[in-house]
This record gives sequence, C-alpha cells and structure tokens, in this order.
Amino acid sequence: MHGYFGAYGLVALLLVVGAVFVTVALTANRLLRPARPTPQKLLTYECGVDPVGGGWAQSYVRYYVFTFLYVVFAVDAVFLFPWATVFAAPGFGVATLVEMFVFLGFLAVGILYAWRKGVLSWA
Amino acid sequence: MSRAELLADDPIWLILLKVLCIFLFALLTAMITVWAERRLIGRMQNRPGPNRVGPFGLLQPIADAIKMPFKEEIVPRTADKVTYRLAPVLALSPTMIGLAVMPFGPEVSIFGERTVLQLVDLPVGVLVVLAAASIGVYGVVLAGWSSGTPYPLLGGLRSAAQVISYEIAMGLAIVAVILQTHSLSLGDIVDSQQGLWFGIALFPAFFIYLVAMVGETNRAPFDLPEAESELVAGFHTEYSSMKFVIFYIAEYINMIVVSAMGTTLFLGGYMAPWPISLIGDNYFNSGWWPMLWFIGKIGLALFFFIWLRGTLPRYRYDQFMKLGWKFLVPISLVFIVALTVINVFDQLSTTGILISAGFFILLLIALVMMIPDRREPRAGRVPLSGGGYPVPPIDLQIPSKPRRTKQARSRAGRRQTVAAGAKEGDDGVS
Repeated sequence: MHGYFGAYGLVALLLVVGAVFVTVALTANRLLRPARPTPQKLLTYECGVDPVGGGWAQSYVRYYVFTFLYVVFAVDAVFLFPWATVFAAPGFGVATLVEMFVFLGFLAVGILYAWRKGVLSWA
Repeated sequence: MSRAELLADDPIWLILLKVLCIFLFALLTAMITVWAERRLIGRMQNRPGPNRVGPFGLLQPIADAIKMPFKEEIVPRTADKVTYRLAPVLALSPTMIGLAVMPFGPEVSIFGERTVLQLVDLPVGVLVVLAAASIGVYGVVLAGWSSGTPYPLLGGLRSAAQVISYEIAMGLAIVAVILQTHSLSLGDIVDSQQGLWFGIALFPAFFIYLVAMVGETNRAPFDLPEAESELVAGFHTEYSSMKFVIFYIAEYINMIVVSAMGTTLFLGGYMAPWPISLIGDNYFNSGWWPMLWFIGKIGLALFFFIWLRGTLPRYRYDQFMKLGWKFLVPISLVFIVALTVINVFDQLSTTGILISAGFFILLLIALVMMIPDRREPRAGRVPLSGGGYPVPPIDLQIPSKPRRTKQARSRAGRRQTVAAGAKEGDDGVS
C-alpha cells in the first residue's frame, strides 16, 4: 500500500506519535500541577544563590569553529554514502576510486589546516 | 518475497499495531533502563540503590512517572517562554523515528498475515537514523538558550558542538559498513552479516562507533552538557516537573536508538550469536526467536553505557574535542581509504593499485604532518604545583592500594613481618 511517499509517511507517523505523546503528557501536567508562583520562585535558579547580572551573560564562545568544520565534514559524509554503495559495482573503475581519494585528500588538507591554525586546541 | 514487498503488503491495522509496539517498546525499555541504571550504579558504588517501591525497587520508575506530573512547574522570569516550551517537544518527538527503520526480526506471521518485524525498510534507512538522532540536539540547544541563564546556555552550546563533532566520527564509521554491504537499507545490512559480524570484521569502525555513540547521546564520560560539577545541571537546570521528565526520557530513548543502530550495524542485528546459530538448521534465526537476540543485544549495549558511567571519570572539554577531531575523525578517514583499497584490490589492474597506493601514502603523509610539535612551556604560565593556587602538587604521593585477593594480602603481610624482623635485628646490633 505504501509507495515512495507512503514509506516516508510511516516515518512521519512515528514522529506524530512522539509529538502526540509529548502533547498529552504536557497537557496532563498542566491540568494536574499546582501553580502558586511567588517572586522568589520565579527568580532564575542558576545554582541556588541569587543570580547576579542579567540573563544572557557574555561568555567566550568558540563553538562556531566546530560548526564550520561540521558543515565541511557533513558534506563529505553525504557524498561518501552513495559512493560507498556503488564503488565496487561493474562500470565504476579506478576513476571512481581515485576521484573519491582526491576528494578525501582535500578534506584531509582542510582538517590539517584547522589543526595547524590551532582551532582544534582549547587552551 | 523480498523484505520490501512483504512490508508493502501490510494492511493498515498491522501498521498501526507495529507503530504502537515501537512506541511501547521505546517507553518501556527507557523505564526499565532507568531502573537498571540506578540499581547497577548502586551496586558499582557499594550502595543498595532504589529498593523501597516493589520488589528490588522495580516499581520506582512508575512511582516517579506518577509523581512528576503533580509537581509545580517553575518557569524563571528571564526565560523566553515560547522557545522554553517548544524545546522539550523538539527533544523527544523525533527520537522514535530511528526505531521505525530498525529491523527487529525476519519474516513472521501475525494473525495469519505474513510480514517482517520492521515498520518500514527505507533504501536510505541509515541516513534516516542519523538525521533523526541529530534533530534532538535542537531541543537541547534551544532549552539552554531559552532558559536565560549562563549555565544552561553553556550546556546547550557544548551539547551542539559535541553532538555534531561525534556525528562525523559516527558517520564515517558507518561508511565503513556501507563499503561492505553496498546498501543503505538496514534490512540488507543485517542480511549481509550471515557469516561474520561487522563488529569483528571491521573492528576499528566498531570501536569508533562505540565511542561516538556515547558522545552523541551526552552520556558519561562525555556528559559535558550536564556536567554537574561545572554547570549545575547543564541545559535542563531551569526545567522542572513534566518538562524535565521529557528531557530525561528523550536521553534514554536516544540511548536505545543508538544501541539498536550499533546492534544492527555491527553485532549482526537480530541474528543469533555464534554457537546458538549452529543449532538445528537455523532454527533460532527464524520465527520470533530473533527478536529475543535483538533485544538482548540492545540490553548488552545499554549495560555498556551504564558500566562506562560507573567506571570512568568525566572528560575535560578540551580533551573531549581533541579525542573527537584529532583521533577519531583522522583514524576513520584512514580506515575508510584502507578498506576501499583492500576491497577493490583484486578487481584492479596494476596501475590502479599503484595510483591508489600513491594516494593512500599521500594521505598518510598528510596525517603524519598533523601530529603537533612538542612545545616548550612558555614563561609566565601558571605553574602546575605551588604558586599559591589551590591545585594538588604534581609530586602528590598516592597511598598504595589494598590488595584484592586473600593470597596477595597474606603475601604482603608476610613481607611486612620480615621487614619488621630485619629492623629489630638491626636495632639489636646497634
């Protein structure tokens, strides 16, 4: 009964089941829980003592470098998956192999560059 | 009939039954894992663990599930309300998608209807699981950001960086399996492990997957997004009541999904383990038996998670990123290249072999160049011991461990007596 879209529909069905479960749980929670807010309760918990300063504190964030690297390597992985299914099939000879190695070589140079630039070390 | 044809024939009631079963399987296994984790960690730390509610504390998760909806929810005034409410939904909803494409068993008959114990066998099943696993991180990041507090924000950012870094290592480990199966469908991957499991045949990839799956699910020793000694409770510090429970369940379902994925890719999926598979003409590999092996293997993987948590101390963040980017990613890249070369070795002409060997060597040289230089400690840095900082001295004397076995204890005791006797003798001479 399920063709191409039907098969993905089944995956979406499970997503819907998950979302319905969360909704039901949160609705039940909303009906059951007490709500007696006081100004003290509504303070940010943070670590138990009264918070100092505003909510979004400035901090030294260097995580974005990893995001860039992720984009590079995620693209790599996406190209590797279909290649891995066909590289040994007849008709895909040495050229397929060499092309992928050249591609991997570029990626290796990419990680090498990041490494020598020192973005992978933290201190 | 093939797997896909059998699945395409499923009537609507069977599909709904399978969806229900997957949903219940995920929730029940998550509950049992919570209980088992608390009991096992208790045992590993020489304390009883939960033992009041029901026999062996078995009803503890149910008691918690009843208790939590009745708790007051405290939303801090600084929180971004809409995102704050959206985050748990985003964290839990997509977790179960991974189980939709997981093959639980081979062909069986349910109420007279021939089918396969799997909801749907997509030709790109592997990618669906990877994608679903990484949607969950949006929930974590948004939870950290919307709380409006520094600790959760840091936890959320750490989680994002961690999950995406380890997903690369995980993806590359999976590529090694795909190189052998030539198919991205999880059903085909299990079928091609009739002989040797990939966990043995591709051991380096299996090892990388094991490390990456722990990093991907934010579990100890890589639980940096919720490191309680640094970030209070990390991204869910400001969450309480049912929303907290939803994050908790999401973490456990994620563990189950990556365990099931690891089982399918490397441990033969639903195939019976080696000595049992020899009994009676594949009897234990047909009918409903394979489901037992599959769930048993998932249980083993979950035990591995708990065992790691009971054994290893938490990694420091820089060590953790170093492990991911400087060890796991290069190793898996080299492994993929080596595997490809081995795979096509006999199909190729000499020129081909030479060309690929050349590229392999170039890649190795590039990797060797990545080994960092040993650096001299710079002047003006904080000394490791002394200097007025409250750090333990580098020449700290660690007291010797007590002997474990009786034999070793008595041997040590005798040595002490001999030493004491000799000392007395010395005293006598002087």
